[in-house]
Amino acid sequence: MFTIFVSNKRLIYMPRQKRLRRIVNPPHYTGFHPVGVEGDALPVLIPFEEYEAIRLSDYELLGQAQASVVMGVSRPTFTRIYESARRKVALAFVLGRPIVFEGGKVYFDSEWHKCNGCGCWFNHPQKSEPVASCPLCGSSHVEVCDVIPSDVDLAASVKELCVCSKCGFQKPHRHGQPCKNETCPMCGSPMRRKN
Amino acid sequence: MKVAITSSGNSLDSTLDKRFGRCSFFVIYNLESKGFEVIPNPARDSQEGAGPAAVQLVASKGVSKIVSGEFGIKIKPLLDSLQMQLIVLKEADKTIQDIIEMLNHKEV
Repeated sequence: MFTIFVSNKRLIYMPRQKRLRRIVNPPHYTGFHPVGVEGDALPVLIPFEEYEAIRLSDYELLGQAQASVVMGVSRPTFTRIYESARRKVALAFVLGRPIVFEGGKVYFDSEWHKCNGCGCWFNHPQKSEPVASCPLCGSSHVEVCDVIPSDVDLAASVKELCVCSKCGFQKPHRHGQPCKNETCPMCGSPMRRKN
Repeated sequence: MKVAITSSGNSLDSTLDKRFGRCSFFVIYNLESKGFEVIPNPARDSQEGAGPAAVQLVASKGVSKIVSGEFGIKIKPLLDSLQMQLIVLKEADKTIQDIIEMLNHKEV
């Protein structure tokens, strides 16, 4: 982040816009209330991305790197969200305050699956039922996938590309995954950011 | 059950249109009656809000699944809340006929 001294107040006063966090399974209830506490204590507001961070890390037991891919943010961002969530829960526990889930820079999505039969991606809005087969070709070779098809498009459409240093192969850059950690699927060499 | 397929033309030999909001036509295929209808997309040339307008159109036809090449970020949560299933097919040259055959094959 660099600062240019121009009379553009936006640059100096407003923080950077947050990337929308992807919420796959929001809570089905509004919050928690401590038992045995009288009166109306001020609730602790937990945004949906923090709930999702706890769900992915502490319930689904994903690693933070994997969870950040599911949420569609970078690994450090996920860690910050998760840390904030844990501290709020600790605060609510210790001070006996109710928890309310509300707000957050999020968009709601369902889990994406990929079909190995026909190569299509599909989502699954009926979250209560398990996924058995592909809705297009009926094949049962389906698997949950982390890469959301639109992320691949968006990066390619703004021409964010990883390029192989050896053979020149290019692929769309995945946000939050540094190009230098990617290997070229053609020749196996390390890749770098194209610019 | 009805399926909407984005199409680049108004016949069964047309190829799948890669975009949902700005596609040329929608083919609404009825899995039970095996019938289909083709409707042009009025939101195709609108400057903004093509996606949500297209969602309204297919929702009014009672569709429960949509097949297309890509969906914009404004409509994925909308379709999720309407409980419509999205199917993304990245292969460029599947015809509507191919897709209908795949859907029929599945029922058998």
